[in-house]
Amino acid sequence: MSVLVYVEQVDGKFKKSVFEAVSYAKAIADKTGTNLTAVSIGNVADSELQELGKYGAAKVLNVASAELKNFVNQAYAAVIAEAAAKEGADVIVLSNSFSGKGLAPRVAVKLKAGLVDGAVELPQLDGGKFLVKKGAFSGKAFAITELTSATKVIALNPNAFGVKESAVTATIESFSPAVQSADLAAIVKEIVRATDKVSLPDAELVVSAGRGLKGPENWGMIEELANLLGAATACSKPVSDADWRPHSEHVGQTGIAISPNLYIAIGISGAIQHLAGVSSSKVIVVINKDPEAPFFKVADYGIVGDAFEVVPKLIEALKAHQA
Amino acid sequence: MKILVCISNVPDTTTKITFTNDNTQFNTAGVTYIVNPYDEIALSRAIELCAGGKGTVTVVNVGESSTEPTIRKALAIGADDAVRIDAAPRDAYFTAFQIAEYAKTGEFDMILTGRESIDYNGAQVAAMVGEFLEIPSISIIKKLDYDGTIATLEREIEGGKEVVTVTGKFVASCAEGVAVPTIPTMRGIMSARSKPLVAVAAQPIEEVIKVVQFETPPARGTVKLIPAEEAASLISLLHTEAKVI
Repeated sequence: MSVLVYVEQVDGKFKKSVFEAVSYAKAIADKTGTNLTAVSIGNVADSELQELGKYGAAKVLNVASAELKNFVNQAYAAVIAEAAAKEGADVIVLSNSFSGKGLAPRVAVKLKAGLVDGAVELPQLDGGKFLVKKGAFSGKAFAITELTSATKVIALNPNAFGVKESAVTATIESFSPAVQSADLAAIVKEIVRATDKVSLPDAELVVSAGRGLKGPENWGMIEELANLLGAATACSKPVSDADWRPHSEHVGQTGIAISPNLYIAIGISGAIQHLAGVSSSKVIVVINKDPEAPFFKVADYGIVGDAFEVVPKLIEALKAHQA
Repeated sequence: MKILVCISNVPDTTTKITFTNDNTQFNTAGVTYIVNPYDEIALSRAIELCAGGKGTVTVVNVGESSTEPTIRKALAIGADDAVRIDAAPRDAYFTAFQIAEYAKTGEFDMILTGRESIDYNGAQVAAMVGEFLEIPSISIIKKLDYDGTIATLEREIEGGKEVVTVTGKFVASCAEGVAVPTIPTMRGIMSARSKPLVAVAAQPIEEVIKVVQFETPPARGTVKLIPAEEAASLISLLHTEAKVI
């Protein structure tokens, strides 16, 4: 018995969501009285792998083969299943990132394991039962899910558990499982990543705007506010449908669901479908000129006013605060 | 070309979510069901790729007979025929296994799903079908082109996109951007009634997971309203009171 955590690297670095997954996996290992091993795939420097020790990974399997440089879920799933077999792992933890969503289900089938994706809390071990809470109905509910299989896979939502330090020294071990060429049939041709922007799914702070902004030419102040805060930008469905903003910014029931520490909604009325995607945000600020906007019912702070007057005031106040 | 599109029968997006039997079951009373919105995107792209006699689109649903109106809706949108695998879709693992078993009986060039279902929010079925069939799967795609041999897909990643090519059979889960959902025409609705819809038996597979209880999110506190002329004070409240900046 042990716990295995897959640590997803981006350009050789680990993001906060990975440290959260390691912290979460360490807490499960402590709870079940077992060891935690991390498995990293791709080119990551030893100094970066050592970082995983801070969060409790005493052992790191480093799979650095050149053919696994790019993420191919089929091959990565095979490697993780091999690592699980080698370590005798019965709980496998991953981040519920875009790549994680393509990877965790394949790992689960390989190991004949149940998968909880979008986990939001530590498992409860209740009289031999292994229960994991996850979001359901697009943020309108939670489902307590029992994993009944011998091996269990959990994909942890970003910003759900937090990073918890538990310093150990990580021992790095090179691991080279055989890779089948059939598992590398999907070929990565190009990766385009904006490095100057905060990525929305992982963002701790989000500034979002809707139709109240009247047109795409008015997003300058939204981006300025977001930049000052170090926040990601988001939008409502009508805005992405009208191509004012890219679909990747659409949060809500048919967009992406997020749970940042702070969600600022500007000129968004708060339709049920939008609320579904953002209601697990820790603090919600709503700025809308309509005092009857349904969004105010779920807000922590509200300003009834015109976005074109309120947002510049916030930008000024923030500059003064940061000065 | 043959495309298999997997559709899920889900509560309408405006549904108020409640539970019965001590919060162990979703309360279906008065709920209107629709084709999962992401699956409509997948279906619409499949129809576009097959337009002009280039191929056929089969939709598959794992569900009991109550899902047939939703399947007819998919036929009205433009699928050529439909298969219902006769079982309650108890979880993604079960559903993916059924779809994979069915897919083995037909020579499908690609299998498409939506990125996730809006009820249980699993984003699991596409990748699980890929693993059961031991073929590539690409999750959460924004774009799909196919030249008859090679598929070129754009996959969403944090802060950007990844372009992937696949030769041969594959599975992909579709998000916004792949296609604009097609609205059924009156002719489509009429012809859907006579399109083939067959039910097949489900295959046994072990249970690995089950939902034991639902919870609704805790009610949020009341809103603290700040007068518009004092908007600047929000920044200090977020810093000192909410402690989020």
